[in-house]
Amino acid sequence: MAPDGAGECGGSCRRTKAAHAGAGAVAGFLVCLLLVWAIGGCGRSGCGGLAKTEEMVGQFNLSSSQLQELASLLSLSEKRECMGKSGLISDGNQVNSMTCISDTPCTGDRISGGNKNWLTDVIFEDLCTIQDKYDKSAPALLENKLLQNVIHQGIGSPIQRNVHQCDLCAGISGLNVDQNIVSSSNQTVVFYLSALFGTIIISIVQAICKRGKKSNQLCHDEKLLQIPSAKAGRKWSKRAVFVGVLVGLCISICIFSSMYADVVARRKENLVNMCDERARMLQDQFNVSMNHVHALAILVSTFHHGKNPSAIDQRTFEDFTARTTFERPLMSGVAYALKVLHSERELFEQQHGWKIKKMEAGDQSLVHDYNPEKLEPSPVQDEYAPVIFSQETVKHIISVDMLSGKEDCDNILRSRATGKGALTSPFKLLKSNHLGVVLTYTVYKYDLPPNATPEERIDATLGYLGASFDVPSLVDKLLEQLASKQKIVVKLYDTTNHTSPIKMYGADFTMSGDLHISSIDFGDPTRKHEMHCGFKHEPPLPWSAITISTAVAIIVLLVGHIIYATLNSLEKAEDNYRVMRELKGRAEAADVAKSQVPSTSSNVLLYFDVLSPVFYLFSSSAERLLLALQFLATVSHEIRTPMNGVLGMLQMLMDTELDTTQQDFVVTAQESGKVLINLINEVLDLAKIESGRVELEAVPFDVRDILDNVISLFSEKSQTKGIELAVLVSDQVPVVLIGDPWRFRQIITNLVGNSMKFTERGHIFIQVHLVAELNRTRNVLDDVSAQNREIINDPETFMPCNTLSGLQVADNWKSLKNFKMFKYLNDAMDTVNLVVTIEDTGIGITKDAQTRIFTPFMQADSSTSRTYGGTGIGLSITKCLVELMGGEVGFTSNPGVGSTFSFTAVFKKSTAFCKENKPSPGDIKRYCSEPTPSDFHGMSALIVDGRCTRAEITIYHLRRLGIQCDIADTSESGFSALLDNSSKRSPNMVLIDKDAWGEGSGLAFYRRFVDLRLNGTHKSSQATPKIFLLGCSISPTESDYLRLTGYGDFIRKPLRLSTIAACFRKAFGVGITRQHHKDQSLVLRSVLTGKQILVVDDNAVNRKVAAGALKKYGAIVTCVESGNDAITMLQPPHTFDACFMDVQMPEMDGFEATRLIRAVEREINDMIQTGKVSVQSYSDKAHWHVPILAMTADVIQATFEGCIQCGMDGYVSKPFEEQQLYSAVAHFLEIDATDSVS
Amino acid sequence: FNGAAHLVRADDSDAATNRRRRPAPPGYLDEQFSQVEDLQDETSPNFTEEVVSLFFKDSTRLMTNIEQTMEKYPRDFSRWDAHVQQLKGSCSSIGASRMKNECTSFRNSCGAGNIESCMRSLQKVKGEHAALRQKLESYFQLLRQAGPAGMAIRHGGM
Repeated sequence: MAPDGAGECGGSCRRTKAAHAGAGAVAGFLVCLLLVWAIGGCGRSGCGGLAKTEEMVGQFNLSSSQLQELASLLSLSEKRECMGKSGLISDGNQVNSMTCISDTPCTGDRISGGNKNWLTDVIFEDLCTIQDKYDKSAPALLENKLLQNVIHQGIGSPIQRNVHQCDLCAGISGLNVDQNIVSSSNQTVVFYLSALFGTIIISIVQAICKRGKKSNQLCHDEKLLQIPSAKAGRKWSKRAVFVGVLVGLCISICIFSSMYADVVARRKENLVNMCDERARMLQDQFNVSMNHVHALAILVSTFHHGKNPSAIDQRTFEDFTARTTFERPLMSGVAYALKVLHSERELFEQQHGWKIKKMEAGDQSLVHDYNPEKLEPSPVQDEYAPVIFSQETVKHIISVDMLSGKEDCDNILRSRATGKGALTSPFKLLKSNHLGVVLTYTVYKYDLPPNATPEERIDATLGYLGASFDVPSLVDKLLEQLASKQKIVVKLYDTTNHTSPIKMYGADFTMSGDLHISSIDFGDPTRKHEMHCGFKHEPPLPWSAITISTAVAIIVLLVGHIIYATLNSLEKAEDNYRVMRELKGRAEAADVAKSQVPSTSSNVLLYFDVLSPVFYLFSSSAERLLLALQFLATVSHEIRTPMNGVLGMLQMLMDTELDTTQQDFVVTAQESGKVLINLINEVLDLAKIESGRVELEAVPFDVRDILDNVISLFSEKSQTKGIELAVLVSDQVPVVLIGDPWRFRQIITNLVGNSMKFTERGHIFIQVHLVAELNRTRNVLDDVSAQNREIINDPETFMPCNTLSGLQVADNWKSLKNFKMFKYLNDAMDTVNLVVTIEDTGIGITKDAQTRIFTPFMQADSSTSRTYGGTGIGLSITKCLVELMGGEVGFTSNPGVGSTFSFTAVFKKSTAFCKENKPSPGDIKRYCSEPTPSDFHGMSALIVDGRCTRAEITIYHLRRLGIQCDIADTSESGFSALLDNSSKRSPNMVLIDKDAWGEGSGLAFYRRFVDLRLNGTHKSSQATPKIFLLGCSISPTESDYLRLTGYGDFIRKPLRLSTIAACFRKAFGVGITRQHHKDQSLVLRSVLTGKQILVVDDNAVNRKVAAGALKKYGAIVTCVESGNDAITMLQPPHTFDACFMDVQMPEMDGFEATRLIRAVEREINDMIQTGKVSVQSYSDKAHWHVPILAMTADVIQATFEGCIQCGMDGYVSKPFEEQQLYSAVAHFLEIDATDSVS
Repeated sequence: FNGAAHLVRADDSDAATNRRRRPAPPGYLDEQFSQVEDLQDETSPNFTEEVVSLFFKDSTRLMTNIEQTMEKYPRDFSRWDAHVQQLKGSCSSIGASRMKNECTSFRNSCGAGNIESCMRSLQKVKGEHAALRQKLESYFQLLRQAGPAGMAIRHGGM
């Protein structure tokens, strides 16, 4: 209906002023309506008249901001429209429209009745549809707030669309009206369009923003979506969008047609106007000329016939007519012919002196050829009409009988009969050859009454005044005065004879398109003339109509597309949200996790929040997770690099002098950094594992060594926490396995770290067994270490829980039972199936958290992570790794009691390897750090401990050292074993736990032992055994007591081979104090023993110390204190094997001295070579080159190149470091280190 | 023989033990001293004491040298520096860490050409020197007193 209305409106506007007023009313109405609306939208309306608007607001459930937006939108375009037409809107109309608004009902009936305004109808219909739509969805809306949001979004777009339609309509009407009234230029149109488009785009962008915000809120909202209703809403709104676009396209077509019609009509009208104007002008001109001819006729009758003698002769007439030519612009000439009867002919001819001549018919000769003398005399006739006077231009017709010409004759006869001017039909004028008409007036003897009969008139006739019109030139002249003659083609016809009109004027142009005919009255009723006008050119294409309608179509399509896209993206977002929900729901449903799993679901959400834009691009959840991990891995890698820099700098900062607070800050910062790096590494690891890029190594390694390593990692932590940390590897586990030691270690480290985090008291106990072994016994603790020891059992000290710390632990067997490896034991010859259990007495995992602890980023609950920290990836990494190794991981946990994690792993048996036979020592050295010290082989030990589990651990370590173990689980049995002289072998050592039977009981045992010793009750020839106390910590007084009494020592837990061995070495004086330096010390000794070494240093202390150090390795040291002395000493021949030279010395520094020494040596070498001196005089040495090593306190200053340049062989730092001394000495003394080791 | 070093460390309020982990507060002695102690054996039973007494003799001489040089050549920092360098070498040889640190800052002051802070450093070095001498003397005193018993303990295991 809109286009029809537009057409109507446009038409009426164009035609009538009343319609102008109508258009004004439309505009005014709209403006006012929107004003009201805007006020209502702002929510500030207190006015009663606006109540309905408010009601509308309520009904539409439009947010005030939306309404405001709408209002501003509309008012924007309307304002412009208004500005365009401000002159046209009359006050009355405004008042009218105001009244219209004041009772604007939503239904719009009254409005359409009272005001035939299509625009109003459109708007209100739109609004009403909105309301209808709303009503339909209203029940759903009320269900809950969230739903409301969704649906609101759903209907948001139709509202928007309708708004745009209104806007569009308004804009279009504005355009139409504008164009019609002001004959608008294209520029204004373009301006309007762009403004319209801009407002639409802005509104859409705002809508999208709002939507995005809402979807964000949606994501944060915990409540579940009611998807179906939202979906329905969207479906509905999509359909509405399609309908809207179709309507918009129709509108654009209608706009085009109406505008085109308008253009055509205007063209036609234009033509009519022009044609009429021309015809009228021609007619007027002609009439003026005719009147003048009439006047001339009267002049002739008055002065020629009325006077006697005549006042006019040819000359006078000529003069007069020439001077009055301007009065007759259309006439080429006038002449006067006298009526001469045949009877009077002779007299007349005599009077004038010439014969009446006949007009030659069909004479086509030109003017200058025309000679009246040549003309034939007129034949005899009743009367003649010879021309007696003529204007200069037609002088040639003087004496020609006008009645002899056919046209003239007719004309003359008609003229004298009617008494009016008569026109000939167009004919070719004499001489000029132009088409022309001749006008003839009759001159009468006296004034005749108007009703005189023709006979009377003929009688009264005296003569005839003729005037010729040269039509083409005259019309040309006339048209030239008018504008736009190029556009228009004019043709003039004589249509007296209807069947064959005679063309009087006009080019041979074919007229294009429309033709307009206007009749012309030249004052001769018997003749009819017509003027035909038409446009020279085809009408141009209606560009404005085309552009406007196209623009409208484009806008409609664009708006449609935008809305559609918005709907789609919303749908997508909601889908994604739903998927997320499902995932989260699944995670929560699965909801079980150990409290020890370090992370929270909120962490997951955090990650997803961060990554959500990326996630939305991917539909499948698995893909998303993988993407997240990849993203994290990439980011982590980028973080790691600068983080290392930070840590390094912090370390350096710590080495500077800081006060306590600063120190504390730096330490904290560094620890945090380390934690961060750790986390990043974990993430990287997980990503690597998840993406399947981890390949397991297959190298020989020692399980026990790996476990010792793990223990050492956690020893400090366990000591500070006061937790017992212990490891026990079954005897049956082979020494060397083939597998991936790093990954194996990582698994154990993760699990132990996890346990460590959640355990505050008690113990953490790592056990490694063969699967077969466990399967056989089904009881780990009872039967593991059955062989090779006697249990001195005392039933009185029965422990309620036979565990490491005496605390209850979770039963491990439950989880183990489910392992495939236990069910289907595959005892292949070359594989070793290990089962590792890590038992702790931590806080345990709640039942519901137990299923999700291996999920990445999951911790038992958020409170756990708050208390204990951690990322929660450790366990999932562990799980992946275990599975990679072909094993399984499982756990049992009792909240409040503790948890036991176990995993199985498959390794290859090393066939070639055994301890004694090492085919590639270099290889195994990498993975089996140090060969187990064999210094203690054959020793025996008594382990006194109340807890057999703990005792077993001690035994495990001692047996690795090759120490035979006995066990006593009470102090009495211990003493009896110790003091029993009859025993065939007394133990070399006694190991007793500090808390063997309770707090401090171990020490008590020791005290008692010492007392026994000092009191002399126990005097035995045998050497007193060393007593070692095992414990996590020892107070200084206890430590002093132990040392001073001289019998005991303390071994700090957790036990591992190297600590025990080191302690034993110290106690028994076996080996060299620093075990790890043993090899080098030996080599140094072997290298330096008996060597003569010169030490050059100006500083007495330095000299002394250096000499002492070298002497320690068996060197014979000579000291000098200056460079000059050194040169003297080193003058060949000498017996020195090497020289250590201080670099910085007064007078002559080390470099200078060396240079001089080398010079001397060179000289002597040359002399020997050339035979100037005998070799014998230089101790039979043909080549002298004493190794000189620089000693410097400043390692940075002493570059190797610098030393070499001046002839030195190397440098050592001062004071000596064994390692460096070794490498320097070994290098230049060229003694194969490996030889000396073996 | 580690026992002696332990005692010294105990005397020095456990600073030396912590030295490796935490640089501050620096003890009077560092690792190097126990290395020197390690050099002592049957062939040279009083090696440590000899070295220490040598150190004190030498360092006293060096410090006097420094003082004289500073008076004689008031602005010849490079000359001062050479002397301080010698002192520093001695310190590092026996592991007198605090003195060594003072020497380092002394040298820095010399490098910066700051007479004021050189003077301050000199006083500080002197102070450290005196403190160290006192500590070590009492230590050796203690060692001598505990000698037989300590020896007994130490040699018990051998």
